[in-house]
Amino acid sequence: MISIIKNFINKLLGDIFTKKGHVKLGLYGPPNGGKTTLANRICTDWLGEEMGSVSNVAHETREIQIKEQINIKSGEKELSFNLVDTPGIATKIDYEEFLKAGLSEKKAKTRAKEATKGVIDAIKWLDDMDAVVVVLDSTKDPYSQVNITIIGNLAARKIPVLIAANKTDLKKANIKKVQAAFPQYSVIGISAKYGKNVDDLYKGLFDLVG
Amino acid sequence: MVTLQLVPYAEIEPLTSVGRIRKLLNIAKEDKIVLLQGRLKKEEEAELIQATMEEIDGAFKGIELAVINPGSESSDMNPFQKIRTNVVNTLLGDRQGLTVIGPATVVRKIKKDPNKIELFTEEAKKKSKKKRR
Repeated sequence: MISIIKNFINKLLGDIFTKKGHVKLGLYGPPNGGKTTLANRICTDWLGEEMGSVSNVAHETREIQIKEQINIKSGEKELSFNLVDTPGIATKIDYEEFLKAGLSEKKAKTRAKEATKGVIDAIKWLDDMDAVVVVLDSTKDPYSQVNITIIGNLAARKIPVLIAANKTDLKKANIKKVQAAFPQYSVIGISAKYGKNVDDLYKGLFDLVG
Repeated sequence: MVTLQLVPYAEIEPLTSVGRIRKLLNIAKEDKIVLLQGRLKKEEEAELIQATMEEIDGAFKGIELAVINPGSESSDMNPFQKIRTNVVNTLLGDRQGLTVIGPATVVRKIKKDPNKIELFTEEAKKKSKKKRR
């Protein structure tokens, strides 16, 4: 009986501390929103190394990438999490778009095939996330159904969400439009590429999972 | 020529999630634009995207998807309007609104604003290109 109680307490305490120490923070969004650029920014800031390659051609990230044990600090607060960079979620993938971007036919077809698998994996991983930063391109229309479906699915799973309105360094960026589209969420305008306002995003992460 | 197929909610109501997705995707794969009365559940929307990805090949390049549900996304409703919307939602369930699913080879883009839908077809794009020439 004593050993059962002991095991129960160990499991309970273990779960609490393991969960705290291994929070899975996902980066989700449509292709080319800047998820990997943000992942690289976070990893460079706190680990001193990048996470993955970035490109102007959509679907550069076609596999789930994980960087474990990232510790970020803000004042006296400290937050530890595993960062999960996911492939962009799309409803269509046309290899001819990759041809237009200059890829050979063979490479374009392979990229398209890998991209479709990447989308499926990204959706499957939704259930494993403890918190998610949805990375949107603030120069684009925020009302796209992919954005709404991603955020709706996170809400249905009760996963905390923070929206990063990325690419604020570009003239066409419109953070207010993103805020208007998702008024119930905290929206932080950033430029992951240049590190603009990323400190505010880190503060937002403390509110999200801290 | 663009073909639209209207699907009343009653047609998908008795089906399982897999059945609903299969039905809608099959219509889209016939190069028809689906106008579904009401909407899928959020999880079903994600499953629809997954199923779409599994079927992409040389001929089928995916879908364009948009859900319009006037009123439900408005944040400036007064408390009375909110209560009324909640009651209507409870009574009608997912029958409210309209879902548009178009094959990517036919529908180039769907623009949502958020109370109206604009549909841009590939045919229109080709015509405008020809005109420019």
